[in-house]
Amino acid sequence: MIAALLLIPVLGAVVAYALRSNAHRRAMLVAVAFAHAAVAGGTWASEPSPWWGGWLALDAPGRLFLSVTSALFLAAALYGVAALRRELPGEREDFEEGFLFDNAPEATFTACLLLFLAAMTLVTVSQSFVLLWVGIEATTLASAPLIYFHRHHRSLEAAWKYLLICSVGIALALLGNFFLAVAASGGRGAPVPLVLPDLLRAAGTLDVAWLKAAFLLFLVGYGTKMGLAPLHAWLPDAHSEAPSLVSALLSGALLNCALLGIVRAQQVCAAAGQAAFGQELLVGFGLLSMAVAAVFIAGQADYKRMLAYSSVEHMGILTLGIGLGGGGTFGGMLHAVNHSLTKAALFLVAGNILAEYRSKSTADVRGVLRVLPVSGMLWVAGFLAITGTPPFGSFLSELTILKAALDQGRTGVAVAYLALLGVIFVGMATAVLGMAQGAPRDARGVRGRREPLLSVVPAGALIAVVLLLGVYVPPVVHSVIAEAARALG
Amino acid sequence: MSDGVDAVLICIVLTSFVLVGASRLGTCIRVVALQGVLLGVLTLAAAESVLSLRAPLLALTIVGLKGAAFPWLLSRAVRDADVRREIEPFVGYKVSLLLATLALAASLWLGARLPRPNPAMSALVVPVALFTIQVGLFIIISRKKALTQVLGYLVMENGIYAFGVGAVEGTPMLLELAVLLDLLVAVFVMGITLFHIRREFNHIDTDQLVALRDWVR
Amino acid sequence: MSAAAAVPALLALALAPLLLGVTSRTKAVMAGRVGRPLLQPYFDVLKLMRKGAVYSRTTTWVFRAGPVVGLASMILAAALVPFGGVPALVAFPGDVLLFVYLLAVGRFFTVVAALDTGSSFEGMGASREVTFAALAEPALLLGLAAVARGTGSLSLSTMLAGATGPVWAESAPVLALVAAALVVVFLAENGRIPVDDPATHLELTMIHEVMVLDHGGPDLAFILYGATLKLWLLGALLVGLAVPIHTGNAWLDVAAATAGMVALAVLLGLVESQMARLRLVHVPNLMVGATVLSVLALLLTVR
Repeated sequence: MIAALLLIPVLGAVVAYALRSNAHRRAMLVAVAFAHAAVAGGTWASEPSPWWGGWLALDAPGRLFLSVTSALFLAAALYGVAALRRELPGEREDFEEGFLFDNAPEATFTACLLLFLAAMTLVTVSQSFVLLWVGIEATTLASAPLIYFHRHHRSLEAAWKYLLICSVGIALALLGNFFLAVAASGGRGAPVPLVLPDLLRAAGTLDVAWLKAAFLLFLVGYGTKMGLAPLHAWLPDAHSEAPSLVSALLSGALLNCALLGIVRAQQVCAAAGQAAFGQELLVGFGLLSMAVAAVFIAGQADYKRMLAYSSVEHMGILTLGIGLGGGGTFGGMLHAVNHSLTKAALFLVAGNILAEYRSKSTADVRGVLRVLPVSGMLWVAGFLAITGTPPFGSFLSELTILKAALDQGRTGVAVAYLALLGVIFVGMATAVLGMAQGAPRDARGVRGRREPLLSVVPAGALIAVVLLLGVYVPPVVHSVIAEAARALG
Repeated sequence: MSDGVDAVLICIVLTSFVLVGASRLGTCIRVVALQGVLLGVLTLAAAESVLSLRAPLLALTIVGLKGAAFPWLLSRAVRDADVRREIEPFVGYKVSLLLATLALAASLWLGARLPRPNPAMSALVVPVALFTIQVGLFIIISRKKALTQVLGYLVMENGIYAFGVGAVEGTPMLLELAVLLDLLVAVFVMGITLFHIRREFNHIDTDQLVALRDWVR
Repeated sequence: MSAAAAVPALLALALAPLLLGVTSRTKAVMAGRVGRPLLQPYFDVLKLMRKGAVYSRTTTWVFRAGPVVGLASMILAAALVPFGGVPALVAFPGDVLLFVYLLAVGRFFTVVAALDTGSSFEGMGASREVTFAALAEPALLLGLAAVARGTGSLSLSTMLAGATGPVWAESAPVLALVAAALVVVFLAENGRIPVDDPATHLELTMIHEVMVLDHGGPDLAFILYGATLKLWLLGALLVGLAVPIHTGNAWLDVAAATAGMVALAVLLGLVESQMARLRLVHVPNLMVGATVLSVLALLLTVR
């Protein structure tokens, strides 16, 4: 089953180049997405057997993130059919600066999308630290061409920053892998292979100094990929310049995969009794990310950049939750799921708004509720979900994290957390509600345009799931999240 | 055995210094190629048993990739990009050399403080690896051209790999090859992006990539 | 202080101009010429001693003292440098610092004498000379410090005596780095290519030549002879470090060291015929590079 999860997207990528017509290619993309989602769903029913000598296996956090990734990819693929259909062939005019540019060939785009999915799947199923690293580096390499889909200088700049900053960060994570190997060589008997179950078993024999240094490098390295401040410099540019479905995947799925790298490192640290060391760092980074995001969301002129900074904020919340430990870890994992689904939906809706209004500036967009009724509703609903308004799921996860902070007596952390959440709520509300309400700037004759199903149904479905999670968490999901949280100590 | 490893490590340090002080792109690419070859020699020198096939094979792969393939890819990028062959640094050459010396001193100090990873290996491995990583990072930050940023990334990877060779034993060959494959694809993608940057911007100065920013100019 | 201890100093005083002759002959041979006689520097010094000197009215006693002090400091320095395993005439812990600063005193007085003329050419040469010397000093001192640390003594005689064959085999990287740094210092302090071209007489490109433009007669003889002494002394340092021949027979060692010096002069001639002078703005880079090599050698001995 694991082999199928990995091979299906890769085969799809190869086929993408063989197909001639764009319509066929989009159909193939959706088919592969369905197949992948089906297999991922199958892993909930029956436990997949480890592959490749135990290097590839699915444990609780892996299954959680794999399912989220698969679901998001399916939504993005369905949306992509409508979005790609909207892209005119040949050259087109840039919204902001008016020059002409063309797009990357759709074959390349589809192939890179599928390779991206394969790389993310590799990250979620790998139990070996080195394979995890290979997977994350592969996601960087597969997604850089995706950011450069609209071939102009801004997206090129964003793609270059993304490529270089993430590669440097991930190189540091490789050094962390080597440090971990040194810590695991112990001295007593054979060196422990860098596979998670073996490391957890032999956690008592790991050298503490090297282990701590390794964790630090993992945090900095994978934190760069995840978008933790102050290593987040690539995130706003990349997420705002990429096409919306790519932004959805980057924000929703990729950041989680990077989180998985840190989670694995924390698992080993916790098993070796060094949990407190990691947790302090995580709390610090979490609060810093939230603060930086709060500063940049207030008065943000570009709504896609605002969503990108919101991703930084939520990664901060996640990290804070995991760093608090106990109930906070459960909240963090639950929040990862909620955030992924909501942020992806928001980006997909933002894509609709961008296509309609042809402007990325918050000030230029007015009256979305009137011009695009369904998208407008989803936009407001998504905003409510992302800022943690009940009855959406994010409220529950953020509350759990708050409760964990208060339970541990860390009132300073709790106060800062609430204050920053408030500032971000106000910042985003000004932007989003301003965009949704009012009358459109230029008098548009058409009121309540009929929107293609495929451009709204995926986003709607994602928000519906978040709503459902806010009201009722299915026991099987609850148990998986609890198991993932328990693994983190 | 340890002398050979020591000599190779010192040569690697010297190449890093030359890289920091060099002013021409061609020189930089050749020095990075030399560093790759030295890394291959280090793999051979640090091998434990003489008879296993693993070390020579790995050394050959590294020399082929880092000593030949990457410099060739980057030279082609330079030629296609038709850029000015002078490196324009943010930090002057003399200051860079002095900073590199400070970094070396700091790495030696740090290497002495960390517990020795592999007692059989020379004590210079950890300091030299840390120094090379710092030099790589410094080159990325302090040089304007996008190509030198890629070179800095390669130097960083060289340093990390030197640490791996010197300090870690028993990594399965498959994983090392996977890492190298990733590196190859990374350089390939970077090369293609460099070509696009040149085509788009007519230069590869990264300090001119400032169109994306938060508050409106 | 036995009679044998005077050998290094006597050899230095007697043979120093010969080095210059060998270098000139090598350059001539490389250029396809016959060149000047090997003993030409001796003839030049003697000729100059017989001539009279003209002193400008704007100069003071400093201008007359410059060449004399320069030569005196070189002769004193000659007493400190060992040669071919024979310890120097005067050896005590710390004499390496005295050696370096005797060279500095000589340079200082040459520079001050040049400034004393009030001419802008000399001033320009003086400023360049001082800049490059300031950059060469850390390279020299740190390199010598590395050797001192390695051999455990601050006396030149013991330091160079400690650089034997087995020691080379053991700490080859350190000695190689120090030797490389000392080569650059040797070229810089003596004003050879690639730092300065001793054959050029264009004001804008001279460094050392332009400082001594106004001297004549015996003063110029002192300066010329002092320059050859400096060449010999720094070369002796280099050869003592790089040629670790200690057969046990003192005469053989001295002969080997002399052969080493001649080889160094030939090498210098070869380098000067092959390379061009570095651009003035790149010379500091070379000096900083030499300093870096010395620092590296020092760090390797310290850790």
